[in-house]
Amino acid sequence: MVIETQGLTKRYGKVVAVEGLNLAVEAGEVYGLLGPNGSGKTTTILMLLGLTEPTAGTVRVLGFDPVREPLSLKKQVGYLPDSVGFYGEMTAWENLAYIARLNGLPKAEAEVRMRQVLERMGLAEVADRPVGAFSRGMRQRLGLAEVLLKEPKVVILDEPTLGLDPEAAQEFLGMIRGLKAEGITVLLSSHLLHQVQAICDRVGLFHRGKLVLEGRVEELAQRVLGGAYRIRVGASPLEGLSERLGALPGVARVQLEGTELRLEATQDVRPQVARAVLEAGASLNSLVLEQPSLDEVYARYFQEVRHAA
Amino acid sequence: MQPSLKGRREGSPWVGLWAVFFKEMADHLSSTRMRILEVLILFSAVGAVYAGAQTLRQTVSEDPFLLLRVFTAAQDPLPSFVAFLSFFLPLAAIALGFDAINGEYNRNTLSRVLAQPIYRDALLWGKFLAGLATLALILLALFLLVVGLSLIFLGVPPDGEEVGRALLFLLATLAYAGVWLGIALVCSVLFRSAATSALAAIAVWLFFALFWGIIAQLLAQAMAPYDPFDPESELRQAEALLAFSRVSPNTLYAEAIQALLNPGVRSLGPVLISQLQGALLGSPLPLGQSLLLAWPQLTGLIALTLLLFALAYVLFQRREVRA
Ligand SMILES: Nc1ncnc2c1ncn2[C@@H]1O[C@H](COP(=O)(O)OP(=O)(O)O)[C@@H](O)[C@H]1O
Ligand SMILES: [Mg+2]
Repeated sequence: MVIETQGLTKRYGKVVAVEGLNLAVEAGEVYGLLGPNGSGKTTTILMLLGLTEPTAGTVRVLGFDPVREPLSLKKQVGYLPDSVGFYGEMTAWENLAYIARLNGLPKAEAEVRMRQVLERMGLAEVADRPVGAFSRGMRQRLGLAEVLLKEPKVVILDEPTLGLDPEAAQEFLGMIRGLKAEGITVLLSSHLLHQVQAICDRVGLFHRGKLVLEGRVEELAQRVLGGAYRIRVGASPLEGLSERLGALPGVARVQLEGTELRLEATQDVRPQVARAVLEAGASLNSLVLEQPSLDEVYARYFQEVRHAA
Repeated sequence: MQPSLKGRREGSPWVGLWAVFFKEMADHLSSTRMRILEVLILFSAVGAVYAGAQTLRQTVSEDPFLLLRVFTAAQDPLPSFVAFLSFFLPLAAIALGFDAINGEYNRNTLSRVLAQPIYRDALLWGKFLAGLATLALILLALFLLVVGLSLIFLGVPPDGEEVGRALLFLLATLAYAGVWLGIALVCSVLFRSAATSALAAIAVWLFFALFWGIIAQLLAQAMAPYDPFDPESELRQAEALLAFSRVSPNTLYAEAIQALLNPGVRSLGPVLISQLQGALLGSPLPLGQSLLLAWPQLTGLIALTLLLFALAYVLFQRREVRA
């Protein structure tokens, strides 16, 4: 295990930010710490890095205790905070050079690495410009460049796509995915579940400081949504189709959504659906297999929890 | 909460200290604040030498401590160099320190820096030492300017003892500036907004510059009331007043430089006639004796600086990294 916590708890006075967290992240994994704002993601990350002290529980990152051995840990763990800031009057190069010195890198090696990471993040041309004039996306990439500077074994990213436009966000997620190819273990947090679900090998869903669901995205969808396959059917006329489609084997539920029907099924029943629609004498306008969305998993889970209560 | 408060931690707290120091030093030296301070330095040096030259022209140039006169001579409307320094240095120190820590918060750089393999100790020490070194540099520049200008305009080279006194005076001034740097550092940890922090530090400065004298007087009157039938009560009140006013770094500094720059000063505070028996009034004290006289004040200033730093340290260790 690269990251392991047991009964990790953090209280701020009466506020419980994180409670009884047992986390286990394996080497080379991309793990997503997901949940709405205020659910304890940042607090968890700060405890992993030893930047805040746990109220209870233990943490091991690469076998190091962040409270006792913060220096060894932080030498090998890169961290990109959620609102990353730089010294605006210094250039990108100078900002990186400062971090390199704080890491005790020898000057010659630091320069080689700085050139590499700037190149890789597409910032080589703007290296000599003051960071004050950088866009949010450029800052985020500079942040990742800085993280890579220490050639980390583990990278921890807090809300890496926050404030980026969709295109920049996808590009940045691609870069994060690229870290996995190098064998770097990645832990990222986000409240935008659907945005990051594609790059996560496993996710943990947070709710009010507790890890309520954990696993692979498809697994969770299967477990919570019942049918992991969601199919949208556009047909006209819709009358009577609901019952017909609901009767098909493997279909768990049918819902009318606007001018479309939404099916949940335990398998890909698109061929059967197409046939049924045509047999009913209706015309088939569209037939789409939706990727299960984590947002939905999350929402549905709490619906069920509330129903059960 | 910071890990250091509990249990043993690995490695040295000084890792990264010099990286922080040189970065902060470069920041200070290239900042606009520094340009403003430099202009002030130039004016004050010229003013000091001008005032000194005026005074010296009026007095007979038989004074054996010419350079020290340049430091202390006031010429209307110019204040003496020393008076100017004791006014200007606290402000310079506050200017260099008021946004030390909250500046990192406000730029969102603190968590990024503390995620590097260093302790908070290194960050705070690095910033403090960089501020102190910058102040030392300012002082040294001022000193050399004044000495150089007075050599040119007055044409009298200072002798060894004078230089010794002047250097000790510089040291005392640095310790005094250190106190204000410490106060600025504490404010920068306490207040999240840089403007509030600067204002708070200046408020402390105003308090000691303007109000503490009055408060010390009131306190002394309350603690040791004057009794017209008890001749000793007057002395007790004077001593109480002195004790209270010595709480202020301004008093400590004023006394220290009085002893260091004025070889004729034999005692700080109220003097009884009996204590003066056998003393040659007006004859200058040797340097060693003057240093001994200023010693409690000097150590007081240094201790105060360390105390303030320790306070900033404890407060900073307990701060959460996120704003
Ligand atoms: N310094 C603090 N003092 C008090 N409460 C805090 C502090 N920091 C965070 N919290 C609380 O802890 C909870 C978790 O916050 P956080 O970890 O930032 O959530 P997330 O990153 O998932 O948005 C929130 O309810 C927040 O209000
Ligand atoms: Mg957060």
